[in-house]
Amino acid sequence: MEDAQKTKREEPAAGLVEAVCPSKKLDRATVEAQIRQTTGPEYWRSLEELAGTPEFQEMLHREFPKGASEWVESVSRRGFLQLMGASLAMAGMTGCTKLPLEPIVPYVKQPEDIIPGRPKFYATAVTLSGYASPVLVESHMGRPTKIEGNDKHPASLGGTDIFTQAALLGMYDPDRSQTITQNGDVNSWSAFVRETKGPLMVQKNIGGSGIRILTQTISSPSLADQLRAFLKIYPQAKWHVYEPVNRDNVLEGAKLAFGQPVETRYDFSKADVIVSLDADFLYAGYPGNTRYIRDFASRRNPDGKMSRFYAIESTPTSTGAKADHRLPVRAEEVTRLARLIASGNSGLSLNSMTADISAFLGALEADLAKSRGKSVLIAGDHQPPEVHALAHAANTALGSVGNTVFYTDPVDANPVNQTESLRDLVADMRAGKVDLLVIMGGNPAYDAPADLGFADALKSSNISLRIHHGLYQNETSEYCHWHVNEAHALESWGDARAYDGTVSIVQPLIAPLYAGKSEQELVSALAGVSDATGYDLVRAYWQMQHSGTDFDDFWRKSLHDGWVEGTTYAPKSVTAKGAPAASSSTPVDSNSLEVNFRRDPSIYDGQFANNGWLQELPKPMTKLTWDNALLVGPKMAAREGLKTEDMVTLELNGRKAALPVWIQAGHPDHSVTVFLGYGRKRAGIAGTGAGFDVYPLRTSAAPWIATGGKLTKTGSTYKLASTQGYQTMETPNGATRPLVREANLEEYRKEPRFAQEEQVPRELTLYPNIDYTKQDYAWGMAIDLNSCVGCNNCIVACQSENNIAVVGKEQVIRGRHMHWLRVDAYYQGDRDNPKTFLQPVPCMQCENAPCEVVCPVGATVHSTEGLNDMVYNRCVGTRYCSDNCPYKVRRFNFLLFQDWSTEQYKLMRNPDVSVRSRGVMEKCTYCVQRINERRIDAERADQKIKDDGSLQTACQQSCPAGAIVFGNINDPGSRVAKLKAQDRNYGLLADLNTRPRTTYLAEVRNPNPELEAGERS
Amino acid sequence: MQIFHRSTNTFSRATIYGAVFIVVGIGWALMQIQRSPYVTYAGVVKPQPVPFSHKHHVTGLGIDCRYCHTSVEVSSFAGIPPTKTCMNCHSQIWTNAQMLEPVRASYRSGDSLQWTRVNQLPDFVFFNHSIHINKGVGCNTCHGPVDQMPLMYQYASLQMEWCLGCHREPQKYLRPRDQVFNMRYQEPSSARPVEFDGKSFTEQEALGSVLVAKYKLRSVQDITSCNTCHR
Repeated sequence: MEDAQKTKREEPAAGLVEAVCPSKKLDRATVEAQIRQTTGPEYWRSLEELAGTPEFQEMLHREFPKGASEWVESVSRRGFLQLMGASLAMAGMTGCTKLPLEPIVPYVKQPEDIIPGRPKFYATAVTLSGYASPVLVESHMGRPTKIEGNDKHPASLGGTDIFTQAALLGMYDPDRSQTITQNGDVNSWSAFVRETKGPLMVQKNIGGSGIRILTQTISSPSLADQLRAFLKIYPQAKWHVYEPVNRDNVLEGAKLAFGQPVETRYDFSKADVIVSLDADFLYAGYPGNTRYIRDFASRRNPDGKMSRFYAIESTPTSTGAKADHRLPVRAEEVTRLARLIASGNSGLSLNSMTADISAFLGALEADLAKSRGKSVLIAGDHQPPEVHALAHAANTALGSVGNTVFYTDPVDANPVNQTESLRDLVADMRAGKVDLLVIMGGNPAYDAPADLGFADALKSSNISLRIHHGLYQNETSEYCHWHVNEAHALESWGDARAYDGTVSIVQPLIAPLYAGKSEQELVSALAGVSDATGYDLVRAYWQMQHSGTDFDDFWRKSLHDGWVEGTTYAPKSVTAKGAPAASSSTPVDSNSLEVNFRRDPSIYDGQFANNGWLQELPKPMTKLTWDNALLVGPKMAAREGLKTEDMVTLELNGRKAALPVWIQAGHPDHSVTVFLGYGRKRAGIAGTGAGFDVYPLRTSAAPWIATGGKLTKTGSTYKLASTQGYQTMETPNGATRPLVREANLEEYRKEPRFAQEEQVPRELTLYPNIDYTKQDYAWGMAIDLNSCVGCNNCIVACQSENNIAVVGKEQVIRGRHMHWLRVDAYYQGDRDNPKTFLQPVPCMQCENAPCEVVCPVGATVHSTEGLNDMVYNRCVGTRYCSDNCPYKVRRFNFLLFQDWSTEQYKLMRNPDVSVRSRGVMEKCTYCVQRINERRIDAERADQKIKDDGSLQTACQQSCPAGAIVFGNINDPGSRVAKLKAQDRNYGLLADLNTRPRTTYLAEVRNPNPELEAGERS
Repeated sequence: MQIFHRSTNTFSRATIYGAVFIVVGIGWALMQIQRSPYVTYAGVVKPQPVPFSHKHHVTGLGIDCRYCHTSVEVSSFAGIPPTKTCMNCHSQIWTNAQMLEPVRASYRSGDSLQWTRVNQLPDFVFFNHSIHINKGVGCNTCHGPVDQMPLMYQYASLQMEWCLGCHREPQKYLRPRDQVFNMRYQEPSSARPVEFDGKSFTEQEALGSVLVAKYKLRSVQDITSCNTCHR
């Protein structure tokens, strides 16, 4: 028997491989070599994402078997004793380590303004689809480590969104393209310049008639100027624009209403009534969302004048979750409803509607009529131009223009219909009119409308020179002769406009890691100047724009502040042509299956597919990570016999895609939603192969809303990684109060203390009854559920600040994700139209912390200021603490989730926070590194930390809503103390007498009393 | 038949009782090793590219600590002088000394000098120089008689028990702020009293207690909370 065991143990790995995949012999060395090529093992815990080849996947499954932390093999008695003996002998040795010698490397000439050990902040901007998010970037000795909102910029006011936060990981992504390639071989910039010179000369003689430039949405004044100058040199050349998540509908809607392209800007701080026509304006990716969230939240204080928010919505979003009244309808239906609202006389066609809808519209109409000039109708980007034009007409008729709605010049420097622009380009490509194609950014071979056949046109050889410029080698670069690696926004000079037109100068935080070229530098090279630096180009442009003699002052001030003064677009007056005529008289066939295409909440159009922070970020409603799914409503799921995780084939106009099902409460019937951006074939280690590609179903005729879909079950299932249901807090026996507490405004006015519960007597505890009120500081946090819009920004901000690891899909399925902060979604009521509540949950920093008493090694103990400290180097990983935590906020490093080897990540990490290793518990610390830093700064000046915004946790700093407030609760004048003194303040599971330092302000909604009465009866 | 000699009985008894002592002995030895300079590097001179003498520069020439360690009063990190700082003088004096060739080479080429870190803490410990300076902890309280070191070495063990020694009883170690950079400073004694705030002190405890109050040191409980050093 012993012999048998021995052979079993010593079975060589090669034998194992053969057993797993006999058809193809992969030896371990080959696989290891492949792994080495692909950098960043941190993101490899999820084996599904690892690679395309099934052998590879299978192999790695065996290398890191399922349940790696569990002992799955049966162990003989002797083996057990040997192991135990060795473990005991080694246990005491773990503390005995000798530090290796470490080099310390000073500057040769130290820059004057760098103080080693103190971070510096630079103002710059990160763009998404052309729109700039103004930011301050923290830099440690020349390494950007954290992105924060620019609190002085009107478009940010300190807030950011998830894409902006995650741009940091995007810059350090080891999978970014690192060299210039020609036909797949490494080449140089000088070779690129040399080899493109000839074809450009040829074009010069024919006026550039064979040149086509395809860009993404550009708001950069300098780049647009460069491109126009290029078009002057090559007058026959054409500039095309395409992005899959574009604003064609907005543009066409504006043209329909005003005859010219205009940008619409809203002021939600002045709006008493907000009507969303399927607009997700309180979530990342919507232009101006950070500012809109702040303005929206400013009117959600029940002690002030609260706004009322009606959402007419197809796909459930976190924006709709905030609505006082949400009406789930098919996306197609919105046009009809918009027409009724715009006509201001909804009574006319009431007979064709359900009672719900007519009551909803009636109440809405009444509210709109009552608040003339103080309302906003906002249409979703995916709604057809008609809806936008109707919204413009209604806003004009209601007197909102000039009060809450403003029109400005477009932020987009080249506002064209992008779908048509791409269609023209493909036609030219097919017709052989294109000799030289420059694709700047984007990935049209992957994300162009399926009916245009862009990839096929690109593959055909009649375009003699194809150049791709981008951050990644992707599906498009594959078919291009040249790929020029782009410098990231944090590595290059540039400029961009925010949603209100304000220009930010983009300045680099670090020299390009891989000698990438910015768009400005590329265009300059194409125009014949190959050695101009981005700095020179951007500066030269602004020098031309600046009339005074004080250019240096102007330049320094613009860089310092993060925006160029006087560039904000002034509202302009436009005349509406009135409500547009109904575009189609064909009635909506409400039984035909509608297919909605939406940008993914986490990875947008697919450009963030390789960003582990975003991939692992639970999407606001589904809490899905690492995948997209087909959302169906509960009604339809019941009718069609669909279950979550069933695989289905979705057929649309003869095209098919297979997807897993996710049943989403609140999703309308006869309608499904699919999300773009997944199923990438060439994204990188995190993105390749994750999820399902739905671009093949998307056509130029119906890019957002298509009808005539057909669902068929394939019979198989697919495992989705959703964090919904993990870390569920138990409400113990006797606890009657729910975790989210809400009331409507009337109830709140009658009983302001509705969220309060009976206080547990302080002395009634077995814990040491410590009085913290004598301390200088007692840290606490208040989270206002009324302000919070569930935008997820805090999760990414926390991840970035605290060096939190990404674990991969498989580990998420096992519930091993490491986020210190989660946003719980709670639903209430009718499955088809539930009330939805979103609640951020960090560590509660209980004064009577249940985790502390069970730790056998004192690795989690209280500080004198009431912080529940986690001492990583003491932790031995018993996990008793997380077992005893009623809030389930502790996270355990089951495996070595941190990537200790990839050089890029070493640069990225916050040097003020320990990087945790395997076997260590971790959790929210209230950003204790920030507390200590500010305290030391204050004490050096013989002062106390002031409540002036200088000390903010990472989640608080970039919260666009200002929903998270942290501070000293012993200072009665501090904001947090004032919030905690409010009637709405309550603690989670406070009846356990844990005395949580993090408390919540209960949610108060402002429903229309008439509608509410109708709903109740 | 007797296989083993009778003396084996005694031997085996001795071994059984001896085992206790052996185990304790091994434990004691391990503890000694863990605290020994072999592990802590205390008193050990590490290899450096240039045999820089603090004794010569501080005692011989009277250069202040802050001439080179510029950020010690404002940052967690005291700062290692850039090559430029060396060349401020050595472009004028000892310009041909072979010993200084690495410094000149660094200045010429623009490549940094690669020193070996002398006072090194584990990565999970976050030490801040500026606050210690501010609260009246002298340089040589931790770094020892640097002014007497021809070659730099780590003075203290830098182990947690050593840190806590002061964090538990700061009054035993503090000195007036204006004496922090004084390498010749001596604790108050009846022979050499220390003046502070117009008063003369002859005992460290008395002076320390006054300083603790004067410099608003946080309580011992505060500064021995884990998060003071571990984050």
